[in-house]
Amino acid sequence: MAAELLRLDGVGVRLGGREVLRDVSFGIAPGEFTGLIGPNGAGKTTLLRVILGLQPATAGSVRVSGPVGYVPQRLGIEPDTPLRVRDVVALGLDGHRLGIRLPSRARRDRVDEMLAAVGAGAYASARIGELSGGEQQRVMIAHALISRPRLLLLDEPLANLDIASVHGIVSVLARLARAQRAAVLISAHDMNPLMPVMDTIAYVAAGRVAVGTTDEVVRPEVLSRLYGQHVDVLRVHGRILVVAAGAAAAAGDAQVTAVG
Amino acid sequence: MRYLIAPGFFGSGPVHVALAVGTVVAVTSAVTGLFAVTRGQSFAGHSLSDIATTGGSGAFLVGVNQFWGYLAFGAGAAAFMEMAGVQRRRGRDVATGVVLGAALGLAALFLYLGTLRSSTTGASFTILFGSVFVLTPSTVPVLVASALLALATVLLLARMLLLTSLSPDIAAARGVPVRAVGAAYLMALGVSVALSAMVVGAVLSTAMLIGPAATALRVARGPARTAAAAAGIGAAATWLGILLAYDSFYWPPARHGWPVSFFVVTLVAGGYLLTYLRPRRRRDARHEGAEREHACSPA
Repeated sequence: MAAELLRLDGVGVRLGGREVLRDVSFGIAPGEFTGLIGPNGAGKTTLLRVILGLQPATAGSVRVSGPVGYVPQRLGIEPDTPLRVRDVVALGLDGHRLGIRLPSRARRDRVDEMLAAVGAGAYASARIGELSGGEQQRVMIAHALISRPRLLLLDEPLANLDIASVHGIVSVLARLARAQRAAVLISAHDMNPLMPVMDTIAYVAAGRVAVGTTDEVVRPEVLSRLYGQHVDVLRVHGRILVVAAGAAAAAGDAQVTAVG
Repeated sequence: MRYLIAPGFFGSGPVHVALAVGTVVAVTSAVTGLFAVTRGQSFAGHSLSDIATTGGSGAFLVGVNQFWGYLAFGAGAAAFMEMAGVQRRRGRDVATGVVLGAALGLAALFLYLGTLRSSTTGASFTILFGSVFVLTPSTVPVLVASALLALATVLLLARMLLLTSLSPDIAAARGVPVRAVGAAYLMALGVSVALSAMVVGAVLSTAMLIGPAATALRVARGPARTAAAAAGIGAAATWLGILLAYDSFYWPPARHGWPVSFFVVTLVAGGYLLTYLRPRRRRDARHEGAEREHACSPA
């Protein structure tokens, strides 16, 4: 593991006196696809914010090597924001720089190429605020990948999407990460859409994280220890469901709904 | 042509000054205002103009050119808002409303006291509603320089401001000093408010900031084109306003020109309303597509 892109060692985070994450340790190797899975409120967003440097860790160390791309959970933009899809993707190249830039053929081609790669070419001139959730996610993936990061972090990109959009985005993500040889850390409360593409799962519950392959981690004894209560792992029609015995509270809500 | 452009328009010194200053200020305010709208800070712009009114009337009371009052209070209030974090509307309506009411009350007192001292009512009109025809020649270079400085600041920060309005977290993760950029932008907004106050008056300065930007957002897409459209709309309204104000000298009641600010602000508002007469844009076709996509989802 000489060339890890990310290494977390004993990371702990306290927010307003409450311990949100405790003793989180794992690494991500180049090209690795990691799912950060856990129920809502488990600390997935906090962990991503710590990796990005937006939230200080109160314990342990975080080491990130190389540029990081980031797709946040929600864009806080109004429909009349004057950014077209192609402007958003271009900001991924140089939105952090001072001054204005002159239009250039090469830039335009690069943006168009990126938009085509995520399947968003058809609405390149539409305003970002006017797109559906799935369309916005494609654009934000293009925005994050155009600067060729070594590591791409995505915060719940599949939440609130219809099934077709979920599958479309997972396959775009897996294909582009492979083509660009970027590692991916993607958070989700439902692991199932990511099963075909995940190399590693980092399962978050009760502020702690268990890391390994899905076969190693998604087991009743491992997850029960994590949750601090007994949970069952059910396989129904090829889907994995994590269900708390007696109470539904511990499981990701998508799974629980499926069981109920 | 005679009926459109009254005799002497192009030969008049005050008209030259008004056109030059009006253009520079209109362009600066329109571009700055576009970011105010995009950042959800229209309300901050409005607050700054209320507070600038107090500054302008205070300057009038102590016998200083009102621009310095506008500038000191506009920029000062911008700095205070940045520190106190009250730029946005959400959750701060009440406190802000009280402060702004007090600021305008103070402006009323200053204007009243100033009128007692100098026995002219024209001055308070100039402060509240502006008059680009009576600019003191010595302030013109200062006005133009301030406008160019504010415009340069906004253009320098343009990409960072856009990335921040897309997502403050992405901007911060990419190393944009989000807080400092916001503070610098707010100062530029304070200067733009002071400048617009010179042209259309402190009370109406928001119209020059927000109106052209709001109109441009309805007719153009893409940051550069929208900024250019806003600047063009602001400049056109200013030119036409100055022309009509000059012409109105011959309108009833004769020998009393109508205020420039009336024309400029009415033209800005009229332009905005006109955009509602246009046929709906092709985006709507896309929206139907998006709705169909949702309709297919099992949820």
